[in-house]
Amino acid sequence: MTNGDRIPPDPEFVQLLDPDGERVEHPDYSVEFTPDEYRGLYRDLVIIRKLDAEATALQRQGELGIWASLLGQEAAQVGAGRALRPQDMAFPTYREHGILHCRGIDPIMPLGLFRGVDQGAWDSQKHKVHMYTIVIGAQTLHATGYAMGITMDGKVGTEDGEAVIAFFGDGATAQGDVNESFVWASVFNAPVVFFCQNNQYAISEPLERQTRVPLFKRASGFGFPGIRVDGNDVLATYAVTKQALDNARLGQGPTMVEAYTYRMGAHTTSDDPTRYRAGSEVEAWRDKDPIKRMRIFLTKAGIADDDFFTQVDDDAAKQAVELRERVLALPDPGPLSIFDNVYPGGSPLLDEQRAQQERYLASFEGGH
Amino acid sequence: MSSVKDFPLPDLGEGLTEGEILRWLVQVGDTITLNQPICEVETAKAAVELPAKWAGEVVAIHHPEGTTVEVGTPIISIDTQPGSGSSAASDSSGVEAGLIGGPAPGGRTAVLVGYGPRNVAAKRRPRVSSTAGGSAPAAAPASGASAPASVSAAAPAAYAAPGAASSAASAPPASVTGPGGSAAAAGPVGLAGSPAAAGPAGSVAPVGLPATAGSAGLAGSALGQPMPGAVSAAPGALARAGVLCKPPVRKLARDLGVDLTTLTGSGPSGSITRDDVMAASAGAASAVAASSASAFSAASASSAGSAFAAASAPGREERIPVKGVRRLTAENMVASAFTAPHVTEFLTVDMTRSLRAVERLRQHRDWRDVRISPLLPVAKAVLTALRRYPMVNSTWAGDEIVVKHYVNLGIAAATDRGLIVPNVKDAHALSLRQLADALNNLVTTAKSGKTPPADMSGGTFTITNVGVFGVDTGTPILPPGEAAILALGSVREQPWVHKGKVKVRHVTTLALSFDHRIIDGELGSLFLRDVGAFLTDPETALLAWG
Repeated sequence: MTNGDRIPPDPEFVQLLDPDGERVEHPDYSVEFTPDEYRGLYRDLVIIRKLDAEATALQRQGELGIWASLLGQEAAQVGAGRALRPQDMAFPTYREHGILHCRGIDPIMPLGLFRGVDQGAWDSQKHKVHMYTIVIGAQTLHATGYAMGITMDGKVGTEDGEAVIAFFGDGATAQGDVNESFVWASVFNAPVVFFCQNNQYAISEPLERQTRVPLFKRASGFGFPGIRVDGNDVLATYAVTKQALDNARLGQGPTMVEAYTYRMGAHTTSDDPTRYRAGSEVEAWRDKDPIKRMRIFLTKAGIADDDFFTQVDDDAAKQAVELRERVLALPDPGPLSIFDNVYPGGSPLLDEQRAQQERYLASFEGGH
Repeated sequence: MSSVKDFPLPDLGEGLTEGEILRWLVQVGDTITLNQPICEVETAKAAVELPAKWAGEVVAIHHPEGTTVEVGTPIISIDTQPGSGSSAASDSSGVEAGLIGGPAPGGRTAVLVGYGPRNVAAKRRPRVSSTAGGSAPAAAPASGASAPASVSAAAPAAYAAPGAASSAASAPPASVTGPGGSAAAAGPVGLAGSPAAAGPAGSVAPVGLPATAGSAGLAGSALGQPMPGAVSAAPGALARAGVLCKPPVRKLARDLGVDLTTLTGSGPSGSITRDDVMAASAGAASAVAASSASAFSAASASSAGSAFAAASAPGREERIPVKGVRRLTAENMVASAFTAPHVTEFLTVDMTRSLRAVERLRQHRDWRDVRISPLLPVAKAVLTALRRYPMVNSTWAGDEIVVKHYVNLGIAAATDRGLIVPNVKDAHALSLRQLADALNNLVTTAKSGKTPPADMSGGTFTITNVGVFGVDTGTPILPPGEAAILALGSVREQPWVHKGKVKVRHVTTLALSFDHRIIDGELGSLFLRDVGAFLTDPETALLAWG
C-alpha cells in the first residue's frame, strides 16, 4: 500500500505559495513582508538545511552518536519559528533545529547534545526554548502545564500576552501524552499551539496506519480548532501559526496546526527509509521542495537575484565549515560533570556521591 | 608529523559493532573533497554512504568490497596534504581498535529504536597502588616480562602473565586450578605467570585488590581480565585468567583447539587477537599435515586442480562466516520449517501446449523484444488459480487467517549473494505482457545484486524454478508468512500418452508445499490440479477462468 490510499494526496490546506513558486491567495490568511523579511526567510531555510546536512555528515564520520535530520521540513520550522514573539515559549522534539536557529540559539548546541558531551546546554529561560525531548509527545504535556501556569500568572489575555507552542510529529498523535494534553489544554483553555509536523512517517509507519481521519480534524473532538497548512510553504505556515499564537495570547485557548510536510531523509541516522518507502514517493515530494518554490517566487517578484542566492549559499557553506571545526574541538566532559545541574544549590547526598566518585577516579594511574 | 590520516569505520547506528563495505566510490590516487561520498557501507540497520572526513588524496584503501569490518578499524587513508612528501606511518586519529567492537551482534536484542547495549568487556585502566607505591618500580623490572614500564605494582603481575606464560611455559597458569576461591586465585595467577617477580608480586597483589575482593568479579577486574569471563568462570576457566583476550576470540580458540596460554598476543596491551589464533591454528594444521605428508602425497598429486585442498595446503577446511543473505535464509528456513506444518504434493503435467503458446508469443511483433521463459505461463497459471482459491494466498496469524486479495508474487532467484526472493507487487492486476516485463526486471535486478529491500518483503505466494538446475522437482520450504510455494521442475521431452498414443511431449513435475494449518489436502489438490490444467491447456483455462 502506498502512502495516501486513505488520506487524500492533495489535502485541503492553507497555501500561500504553491510548489511552482506562485503566490496564491487565501480568504483567511495573508502575509505582509518587506523584501528584507522575505530574503531573511529564504536565508533561514538555506542555512538550516546546510547545517543539517553537515551534522548528518559528521555522524557518518563518527563525530556524532546520532542525528535526526530536518531535511524537507525547513519551511514548517522556519514558518513557526519566525511567528513566535520573544515572550513566547517553545517545547521542541529532538528535530527542531530550525526552531533553535530562529530563537537565536548557537547551532552547535544540538550537535553537542548528539555528540554526547552535554545534555542540551542552551539557556532555556533566555531563549525560551525548552530542552529537546526524546520521549515521544511528552513535551506536549510540559507545554500544556506551562501554558496553564502563565495563565495563572496573569500573563495571558492582552495583545502583548504570552503564548506557548508545542512541537510534535504525526507519530506522536497516537501517544497518550498528546491526547491527554489536548484534553487539559481544551478544558483549561490553555494558551498553547499544538504544532504537528506531519512528515508522513512515524519512523517506518506510514500515516494511513496511524489515523483514519486527517490529523487536524482530531482537534474538534477535543473542543478546539484544528487547521492544516502546507508545511512546505513558509509563508502559509508563518501566517497560520501567527494567527494561532495570537489567539492563544489573547486568551482564546488552544489551536492545533497540522503542517503537512515530508521527511526527505531518514528518521535518524540509524534508519534506512528505502526499506519502507518507494523512491517514486520521495521524488514526488522533491517537486514540492520548500526552498525551490521560495527561490522561484523571490526571483519572479524581483526581490532577490542570483547574486543574493550565491551569497546565501556561500554564507551557509562557511557556517557549515565553522560548525564542523567547532564540533571537532568540543572538549569531552569531565566525568564529574554528571553531578552538575542536578539540584540548584546542591544536595548533601549528591555531594557525598560526588566526593566518593572523585576519590575513586583519583585511584587510577594518570588521574582522570 | 605525517599528513596521512586513517579513517576508522564509525558506529553508524547506536551500538553497531561492524559493517560490510558494499562499494568503494573512490580509488587510490583520487583527490577528494570534504564530505564527498567515499563508500557504501551496510550495517545491520541500513545501507549508507560515508562522506569523506577530510579533503586530500586517497593513499590506501584497507578493505576490499564485500568485507565485513569491525567498528573502529581504519578503512581508508587520506593524505590531507598531498605532495608534501610525507607518506610515512599514518596518524590514527580514530578510536583505538579493540575498544569498540567485539562479539558478533548475534546475541543482541532489538529495542524500540536501536539495539541493546553491547556485550563487550570494557578496557580497564591500571589502578594506583595506595600503599605499595615504593615497591612498584622494583617489581616491574624484576618481572623481566613484557609489561609496559609505566604500569604500576598491581598491574605488572597481571599484564605480564600473557607474555610470561610463553617464556615460562614450565609454570603455565593452567596449573592454578585450585577450587580455593576466586579471590585467592588472583594472587597465584600473578605468581605463576611471572615466577621471577614472585616475591614482589605476591606481596603486592593483595594490596592492589580492593579491600572487598571476595568476589570473582573484583578479582577479575584487578587482573585486567574482562569481567564476564571471570564472573562466569568455572574453576577450570580460571586457568585462562592471565590471558588477555576478547570473548569471541576465546571462543574461536576453543573451536579451533588452540591453547591461548601458549600464544603471544599482538593486540593492544599484549592481548591475543583473532589473527594470532588463526595463525596458530594454521601452523598446527600444517605441522600435522607435514608429519603425515607421505601418506597423502599421492592423493595431493592427483587432486591438484580440484576443489579439494591438497593435504599439505593450509585450507583443508574453510570457515565461512554466516552473515548477510545466508544468515537471513537460514533464519527464515528454520522459522518456517518448525512453525508451519508443511505437506508437499506433486503433479506431473504435459506442458507442450504452454510452450507452443510461449513460442507463438515470441513470434508476435508486440512481444518481439521480450524474453519469455516457461516461468511466464506458470506464473499466469498460479495467478489464475489463486483467484479461484484465495485461501491459498493467505497468512497464518495466530488466532486468525489473513486472506490477501492481492498477489505479491515471489520468485526465488539464485544470485551471487545467495538465494533471494523478490516479488512482483500486485501481480494479480498485471496484464500478461506487464507480468513478463515485471518478471524479467525482477530477475535482472536480482542477478545484479541491486534488489531493494522493499521488493523482498510482503510476498504472498512464491514460485521457485528449480528446473533451471536440471532437477525434476523438490519439496520447497515455505517463505515465512506465506501459505504455499510452487516448485517448477525441469521441462524434459518424455514419452507421454497423448490422445491414446505414446508421444514425445514436454513434461514437467510441479510440487506444491503448503501450510497444513490453513490448507487442507482437498484445497491444496484442487489448486495444484488447476495449475496443472492451465499448463496442459492454457487457451481453455484462460477462456474458462481467465
